[in-house]
Amino acid sequence: MSGFLKVDGIEVGYGDITAVRGASLEVRPGEIVALIGSNGAGKTTTLRAISGLLPVRRGRIEFEGERLTGLPPSKVVPRGIAHVPEGRQLFPSMTVLENLELGAGAGAGKAQRTESMEWVFQLFPRLRERQGQLAGTLSGGEQQMLAIGRGLMARPKLLMLDEPSLGLAPVMVRAIFDNLMEINRKGMAILLVEQNVLRALQLSHRGYVLENGQVVLEGPRETLLANGHIKQAYLGR
Amino acid sequence: MKWLLGIALLILLVLPNFLGSYLLTVFIFIFFYAYLGQAWNLLGGYGGQISLGHAAFVGVGAYTSTYLAMTYRLSPWIGMFIGGAAAALLGAVIGYLGFRFGLRGFYFILLTVAFAEICRLIVAHLEALGGALGLFITFTGDPWQFQFSDNRYYYYIALGLMLASMGIVAAVERTRMGTYLTAVREDEDASEALGVNTFGTKLAAIVLSAFLTGVGGTFYANYLFSLQPNTAFGIPLSVEIILRPIVGGSGTLMGPILGSFILSPLAELSRSYLARGGLSGVHLIVYGSLLIAVVLFFPRGAYPYLRDLFRKRGAA
Repeated sequence: MSGFLKVDGIEVGYGDITAVRGASLEVRPGEIVALIGSNGAGKTTTLRAISGLLPVRRGRIEFEGERLTGLPPSKVVPRGIAHVPEGRQLFPSMTVLENLELGAGAGAGKAQRTESMEWVFQLFPRLRERQGQLAGTLSGGEQQMLAIGRGLMARPKLLMLDEPSLGLAPVMVRAIFDNLMEINRKGMAILLVEQNVLRALQLSHRGYVLENGQVVLEGPRETLLANGHIKQAYLGR
Repeated sequence: MKWLLGIALLILLVLPNFLGSYLLTVFIFIFFYAYLGQAWNLLGGYGGQISLGHAAFVGVGAYTSTYLAMTYRLSPWIGMFIGGAAAALLGAVIGYLGFRFGLRGFYFILLTVAFAEICRLIVAHLEALGGALGLFITFTGDPWQFQFSDNRYYYYIALGLMLASMGIVAAVERTRMGTYLTAVREDEDASEALGVNTFGTKLAAIVLSAFLTGVGGTFYANYLFSLQPNTAFGIPLSVEIILRPIVGGSGTLMGPILGSFILSPLAELSRSYLARGGLSGVHLIVYGSLLIAVVLFFPRGAYPYLRDLFRKRGAA
């Protein structure tokens, strides 16, 4: 069994600082997996290592039996992993349409891009209405939709999202999470990094808890939600 | 807007019949610097990778074709493309070093300046290339040797170069490379996260930009009939190249053209008129004041403002 996404004991850092020390995790096809933890636990670093934005010092990352470690993002994305970065990182002075086009990746043909775009517009009708508008003039929620839509344009098998609820009004957060559920129902696996732990766990099938760059806890949603440490440290109960 | 450009082109096509030799020269400089500015615009304007060493590509292109013409009697019409290829190779080396090692902003600028200076010093010390004195082309009036007794030919060649560069940049704008380039300029990290091959995109841009600039070098040499390392590779030429797109609006198709129509006549006329009145050097002051005004009042360059003005008119 080669598995889907397999992260095996990776060590990642910036300069002298090691942010992730020997973390392992796995995402199976069609699953939603939450990666939770406090600020600076190494969640974003883990995602950036998977997508090839940061070099992995030790350990191994595999996707569908293929080694990803050492590949640049331009090689990782076409293999089926899209990364929706924290803070959205849109191109504010480009239109909604241009932002989406950029997500389509170099390999996609025109027909496929039109099809992906149609799918994104069905999922987020607001983006269709605003397709000619500059991304910088969208509301926070719309920008998040655009960031997710841009990720979907690459037709990934695995969508990685970094803090999609950041800075959004509660009603918007609910809408975005409903969208994620719908995306997952189409069979797409999701790896979700969130500080909104309760919401993230409620959406996910399984979860991992990262502390100081190491996985300290893992398990299915129910187990994690019932766990005393999680209740105390992250849910405030 | 389209028909306006059509009319402008028609006027430019018949204009030489009504111009004296001096004004013809002014227009040749307008077209030629618009061409060089457009080539720079591809990398600096669209891609946001500022090169202050583009003179190096002019110099390499100019020296290559001139050397081949003088030594092997190779027609500059062919040498032009060999010079372009040589410049493209230099661009690839600079791009590889700069982009592979992630030089951004000031550091990339310094790298381009350093390479231009290295080229200048090497050529100044090569006897085969005339050393510090440079190369002088003897006039034969042979069109096959890129020589014409009538300035009008240079006018049409320069106009052709400018139009060709516009066509190429317009085509790049429409391909995915254009979108990627703009994305790299806007946010390189975000582009990379999306899977854009930022290294390849920037490398392609500098190679194409260097090639076009190198091709322009042949025109430069054969219009001036002489080449000196200090002028062909010098920082002043690099600055001249960079100013047009910045004043006109970098990262836009019309920017370098508009910028050249504003700056080139100003540079030329103020140089000759003020120098005649014994005020040589004053043109630089005029030039500098204009630049300060542009940076203060039109930080995005002249074209974006003009475009907005047209749009408002059209809407009203």
